[in-house]
Order: sequence, then C-alpha cells, then structure tokens
Amino acid sequence: MTEPLEDTPRRTDPRTFAVRAVAMLSQLVLPLVVGGFTILDKGDFGDALLYFLPLVVLAVGANIFFAYLRWARFTYTVGADDIRVESGVLSREARSVPYERIQDVSIEQKFVPRLFGLVEVKFETGAGGGDDLKLAYLPEVEGERLRELVRSRRDGSSLPEQDIDTDIAPEPDARLLYEMGPGRVLTFGLFEFSLAVVAVVAGAAQQLDFLLPFEVWDWRSWREQIAGPGQWLAGLGVLAQLVGGVIAVGSLIFIGVATGVVRTVLREWGFRLERTDKGLRRRRGLLTRTDLVMPVHRVQALRLSTGLVRRWFGWHSLKLVSLASDSGSANHEAVPFARLKEIAPVVAETGFELPSAEIEWHRSSRRYRIDGFLIGFFLMIAIAAALFVSGKAFFALLPIIAGGGWFALHEYMRWRWDRHALGQRQLYTRHGWFAPSMAIASREKLQSVEIVRNPLARVRGYADIRFGLAGGHLRMRGIALADAMRIRDAVLSSMGEQDFSEVVEAGSQSA
Amino acid sequence: MDEADDLTPLDPAYKSMLRLQFAIVGVALLVAATIAEFAIPGWTGAVWIPALFVVTYALVRVPLRRYNARGYSLAQERLRVVRGVIFRADTVVPFGRVQHIDVGQGPLERAYGLATLTVHTAGTHNASVSLPGLRHADATAMREDIRAAIRRDTR
Repeated sequence: MTEPLEDTPRRTDPRTFAVRAVAMLSQLVLPLVVGGFTILDKGDFGDALLYFLPLVVLAVGANIFFAYLRWARFTYTVGADDIRVESGVLSREARSVPYERIQDVSIEQKFVPRLFGLVEVKFETGAGGGDDLKLAYLPEVEGERLRELVRSRRDGSSLPEQDIDTDIAPEPDARLLYEMGPGRVLTFGLFEFSLAVVAVVAGAAQQLDFLLPFEVWDWRSWREQIAGPGQWLAGLGVLAQLVGGVIAVGSLIFIGVATGVVRTVLREWGFRLERTDKGLRRRRGLLTRTDLVMPVHRVQALRLSTGLVRRWFGWHSLKLVSLASDSGSANHEAVPFARLKEIAPVVAETGFELPSAEIEWHRSSRRYRIDGFLIGFFLMIAIAAALFVSGKAFFALLPIIAGGGWFALHEYMRWRWDRHALGQRQLYTRHGWFAPSMAIASREKLQSVEIVRNPLARVRGYADIRFGLAGGHLRMRGIALADAMRIRDAVLSSMGEQDFSEVVEAGSQSA
Repeated sequence: MDEADDLTPLDPAYKSMLRLQFAIVGVALLVAATIAEFAIPGWTGAVWIPALFVVTYALVRVPLRRYNARGYSLAQERLRVVRGVIFRADTVVPFGRVQHIDVGQGPLERAYGLATLTVHTAGTHNASVSLPGLRHADATAMREDIRAAIRRDTR
C-alpha cells in the first residue's frame, strides 16, 4: 500500500462553515425574538436598538470567528493503519482509531447539510457514551470514499479504486432485500398512532378550554351536569352533547394519526435495505437521509415484533441486536414494517433462521403464573380492605372483581403465549400476548448465563434465566428449575465451542 | 438443591472483613441514634434499642449468612459465581467470553489480605461479574488461569 497522498492531514469541507452558520443563526433567532420583544415592551425602541444591535453583531461575529478557528484547526489523516483526528483551538487533542476497531461507518445527511451536498461521517468503535469519531461535514463523494476505504482496509485488501471523481455509484453486487414505496410508508404511518401527542393535545385542550365546547376531561363537572336537576345538559340535549364529544375525540384521534404519518414519512421515506458484500445496508429518511451498514457477522440476535393493532393486519418488524449502535439504541431496525414472508429472506441473510415447525416450544412453569396471579389478587384484596375500612364498601368489590379478573386473564394468556425453545444453534423466546415479540439468539454468541431465584421462586421451584447478550437483553422467566439447569448447561456447552474473538470478529485475531 | 454441589467457599477472613465493614456502619448508626435519643425528651430508648438490635444482627448473623451463600467454581473453563442470601443468583461466564479481568483491593480487603476478582463480558446484562473474598494470591492465580485460557483459545 503506497499512498503518500493519504498521509497528509485534510480539513473538512469549507462549506461546513456555512452549515454551522445556518444552524447557529436558526438557534439565535428565537432568543433574539424573545429578547427583542422584552425590550420593545419597555418602550424606548431607538435607544434599545442602539445598545442591542452591536451586541448581536458582536455575538454573531464572535461565533463565526470561533467556528472558523475550530474548522481551521480540525484535521483528519487517513493513514495506513488508522484514522487520526487532530482538533482543538486552545488545547489540542489527537485521536487515533485503528481500522480494526471501527465497527461500522455510518453516513448521515441532515436537512441543512443536504442542501449543500454534505454528509456527516461517523466511525463507530463500539465505545460507550457516544464517544465515536465524527467528521462533519464532508462532501458526499468523500464520505462514500472513506467508507469504502475503511471497509477495504479492515478486510486487509487494497483499495478497489482511487479516483475520487466517481459519483456515488451503487456497489455493483448490492442486492435489494426490502424496500418501502410511498404507499407502504403511508400505511406504516397510519399504524404509528402517537398516544403521547394525543395526551399533550388533550392536556393543552384542557388548559385552553375555550377551544372545546365543554370540558371533556373533567369528570366532576360531568357528574354535576348529569346529577343536577334541569341543568345545562337538559338544555343542550343528549344528542348535541354526544356529537360534541365525538367531534372532540375524533379530532384528537385525527391529530394522533396525522402526527404518526408525518413522523413516519420523515423517518422512513425511500427505505431501502440491501445486501452488500460488507453487510446489510440501510438507507432511509426524507429530510435527514441516513445511510448505515450493519455487518452481518456482528449481529448478536434478532427481535421480531409487532403491535397491538398491526398484529391483526399481519404487519411485523425486524430488529437486529448488534454491538454497534443505531442512533442511541442498540437495536438496528432492519425491517420496520413488513409481512412475515418479506422478513424471512432478511432473516436468512443474517445467518439466523426462523424457528422451524417441528421445534419444541415450552411454557413457563404453571406455578410461576399462579404465584403471579395470587400476588396481584392479594394486592387487590388489600386495596378492597382499605376501601372497606374507609367507608366506601360499595367500591370494595371493584378491585377484587375487575383487578382479580384482569390478573387472572393476564397470567393465563401469558402462560399460554409466552414460550421458549432451544434449537440446534439458536435460542428462541416468545413474549407477550397483546403485542407479541420473539427474540432469536445464537447460542454461541451469548456472553454469560445467570439463574436468578427470589424467595418465592426458591420455595416453589422455578427460576429466571438471564442471558448476557452483547447489545441487548434476553431472559426467560419462571422456568422450572430442572429445565433452567438443562437450558443453562446446553447453552454453556455451545458457548464453550468458540472464543469471543471468533464470535465477534469472524476471523480476526485481536483480543 | 443447587447449593454447594461443587462450589469452593470463599476465604474465611471474608467474614471478619464483613464484620469490620458492618461495625463501621454500625458505629455511625449508633452515634446517630444517640443524637436522636438526646433530641427526644426523656431517656426512652425508642431509637437506641432498635438500632442496637439491628447492629447486633448485622454483626453476628449477616456476615455468616452472606459467607455461606457465596461460592465459586472454575471447573470446565467456566467461572461460576453463586451469591445472594434472599435473592439467589447463579452466574456462569465461560473463560472464552471474558473481555478483561480486574483484581481489586479496597483498604479493608488489603488489611485482611483479600481481593475482589472482576471479569468483564460484552453482554449488556452481567457486563461485569465480581467475586469478592478471595485471598489475594488466589485471585491473581485465578486471573492468570483465565488469561492463559483466553490466550490459548485465541490462537
């Protein structure tokens, strides 16, 4: 490898500067407006402007000056073994990241940089706390070139091509695994109903109640109106009130759905998942385009989940649990919204397999579920007793019947639907009955096994198993002790067959 | 049941160390109780007597139970750590999954010649498994064993 050219320090794109300025100005606008209003409120406009304006100019100027210094003093060097970054205006900081330690290179395009054709390149090293190396901002072509370079260096091969002028050509062997057209994204959006937004709007509606015909959420006033003789209610008529209620609730639902659609379209627009020779490559986003490669051999487990409503329409999602992180969460969304038969090929591509039909599913211990019910039921009895003592004997039956019934139903359904199975190479757990999800973990890629028993579990002879999974959680609850021991021994023997370095690095010899 | 099948107990000095540790906390508790006792008019003993009871229990029973609850095993190239008086946990980490190993000594541990062995894994759960109450020499020997096993595997 002889590239003397590469060893010279480079700067990020000069246009970075323009992006920073735009971002900064947009941040300054709000304080300026607020500040302006408070000053204007006091009168003396001419005087205020006289003092205020130079201050603003000074602040903006200083910011631009420091932004320039920071840009000028930030250099990166693409060396033979590592990427080095030197930064800092007053205190200098030099950081070197060896190619072997780079787990992943992700390219992100936020809205403003996108206008300038710039990207942010992030080298994920698996270090916790968001301490990854970032280069912001580079031209699109340079970002793509760096990514290719890191990948080929990691693999020990030489650079495939040197010409920087090539456009962002799609990798020749990229194979499309899954994509979402506009129709699919919109459908997805309909299911992303945002309850949080509804709550906020409902709260706001209560604060600004002049927007609504009456106070929907105030039960006390409802009762007054129903109980009071010849009141407002009678004057208005039941039908009118009903219509009002329907309109209020309907508008809330509309806002929730609309928010969901907008957010989903922004995030998922043009979703493409491709299989390249380096892993699974995902591109998505309308204003902020993200481009991420998930190396297949780093996938630790899969999580197949669905939702309360979408389950009935046959929609599922697939997440990859991996060592590298995906914008804060350790799970990479590989397929956010698809039919099972569309997910199956992606699963196959990750080297995992969906549970076969003949696999033996086991339930958790019946005693565990009974104990769960009894604990809830005793709690309800305690509440009922408290109600009885405090003189509300009429309500005392409510927690026992409704709460007890709920616990019984819940524990029964969980007993029915929560399953686990031990395959040849994999481990499966199914969890939940409202919105069931399934985890598929490789037996070899687990890190540790722990059997935990609380006092009740010790008396009743069951246990929880917790698996150490890199980048995620995996547990089986309320397993009969003998089964738990059996699962642990089986998993441990498969873990013993391979060392961590083989599990994670697939061939590399770093320890 | 799963207790004591082939587990190695910790060093007996661990009990004494726990006692000393609890004694320090206990003295602080008793001082606080005495102050409270002065603050409450009349020498009732309403604070002091329960505090004394708790401290005595912590000094006499707790170290013994904790010591008996703990154990470890290194069989089959796996580190197994059993702990917990009320909530029992039984953790196994194969040597091949150990990322790095710490041998730590706090001031009290140093006084008794004890050490804590901590192994780190890549898992989110059980990211570090620690085993206190080992003789310092034993802990370093165990570290060497685990390290040797890792090196053998990586080749």
